[in-house]
Amino acid sequence: MALLKVTDMSMVFGGLRAVSNFNIDINPGELVGLIGPNGAGKTTAFNVLTGVYEPTEGQVDFDGKSLLGLKPYQITQRGIARTFQNIRLFADLTVLDNVKIAYHFHVKYGLLETVFRVGRYFPEEKEIEEKAIKFLDVFQLGHRKDEIAKNLPYGEQRRLEIARALAAQPKLLLLDEPAAGMNPQETQQLMAMIRWIRKEFNLTILLIEHDMSLVMGVCERIYVLDYGVIIAQGTPQEIKNNPRVIEAYLGEEVH
Amino acid sequence: MNNIRKKDLYLFGAALGLYVVVQGLIMLEVIPPYYELNIIKVCIYVILSSSLNLINGITGQFSIGHAGFMAVGAYVGAVCTVKFGLPFIAAIIAGALGAGLLGFLIGLPTLRLSGDYLAIATLGLGEIIRITILNIPYVGGASGFMGIPRYNNFTWAFFVMLFTLFFIKNFVNSTHGRACISVRENEIAAEAMGVNTTKYKVLAFTLGAAFAGVAGALFAHTFYIAHPASFTFMQSFDILTMVVLGGLGSITGSIAGALILTGASAYLASFPEIRMIIYSLILILLMLYRPQGLFGNKEFSLKIFGRFGGGRRGTTQSN
Repeated sequence: MALLKVTDMSMVFGGLRAVSNFNIDINPGELVGLIGPNGAGKTTAFNVLTGVYEPTEGQVDFDGKSLLGLKPYQITQRGIARTFQNIRLFADLTVLDNVKIAYHFHVKYGLLETVFRVGRYFPEEKEIEEKAIKFLDVFQLGHRKDEIAKNLPYGEQRRLEIARALAAQPKLLLLDEPAAGMNPQETQQLMAMIRWIRKEFNLTILLIEHDMSLVMGVCERIYVLDYGVIIAQGTPQEIKNNPRVIEAYLGEEVH
Repeated sequence: MNNIRKKDLYLFGAALGLYVVVQGLIMLEVIPPYYELNIIKVCIYVILSSSLNLINGITGQFSIGHAGFMAVGAYVGAVCTVKFGLPFIAAIIAGALGAGLLGFLIGLPTLRLSGDYLAIATLGLGEIIRITILNIPYVGGASGFMGIPRYNNFTWAFFVMLFTLFFIKNFVNSTHGRACISVRENEIAAEAMGVNTTKYKVLAFTLGAAFAGVAGALFAHTFYIAHPASFTFMQSFDILTMVVLGGLGSITGSIAGALILTGASAYLASFPEIRMIIYSLILILLMLYRPQGLFGNKEFSLKIFGRFGGGRRGTTQSN
């Protein structure tokens, strides 16, 4: 059964159909790419999946249950975590605190236990701290844990954002242009990391990307979006040779 | 882990030591009644500024109607002691509940606003509360609520302040506090991390209002009278100034802000002609040279006394 299933979804803003009749199926464990020229509606589709927008028409099902009408934080609690195109870290907090916030909705101690520091407060805080540090070590950010997030170099900020999203223990990870602003070498490292986290965390990943080498390199299946409509889907090889995709990206051939 | 508990104990010990010294000096009449009154005022303003900091600094929701909640606490508390003859502690709790409930009801709709809009809405709400009270004859209306017993003294003010500070400190250093901070830092990212941002905004607003109510109840039982004129928007601005002066997001900063401004105001009372000029100059200079406030968003710390040196430091300087 598909983990994420979007059926005939349309998103209309006034007179603009940003996305129309969008259909997508993602099976558990898959690594799927969503590509398309600028303004094709990729981020709009992402925002519908994460609950930022309520779609005008259609169904969004995750793990067999509808996501319609849920707020973004509820969708995260259901098991979809995301990163952002323009990095959105908690810029003035330490690297460690950034990751700790991702554990927030797993924490069980209540307000009274917090204020009087009794019951589950200390054990759970200790557990969060240990888990977060372990997580940072896995992403080679352990030595940076006490630094302020905004002072990290760009590549590490990206890595921290992915680490933070994974700390929320999602089943599906949405990556919005993870390679934006990276040089070719950093993109290579990112590709290796994406492959590795999928195996390590048993994840399903959907990624939006502009960088073709990344998409063709890591994705097993690709959807191509143009003017809000899916114009093609298939393996990277099929997409590369699809005339409609070439047309969307490069324009029509001159006769 | 044990380390944190130990720190708390050290702090509590230090605070207790401070209390014994100041209380001793008051009983020996080394500190005259005028200064005793000002020390009590400092304690009340510490409660007000640290609770406003929870809303403005920690959660990043710019509220400037704190005097309104203080007024609710003052009047509810006064009604409890004067009309129903309840003990002081019941008046404080009732003040907190009354103001907290109102904060919750007001917070739900207004916290949909952000930035300037929220500031204006809260400013208006503070005034609405004051004018409503002004028109209730049961609590004295425009002439104020008179005949309130003077239950408050240094002991009450100090320990209630200490409780408030420990409450806020523990709240901030928990997953709930981190959720509030994440709302301040980046609301969209906080929501994407599974934080119910509306809930935490309303929670911070309610807690802040409740502690303003506590401060109001203490205030009313210090000055024999609760008068609507004490709770104008100027009062809100005074509290806000303390928070900004100390640093948005720094609890120890709020303590320092309350201490400095109450102290300066008390000291300058002897020079009424130039009082406001000097007061304004202090603020202008500070904003020029330290726009992020005295402490920024960091906490004052002495390694030995841990992160929370403020409670101790607070009243030492006022002597």
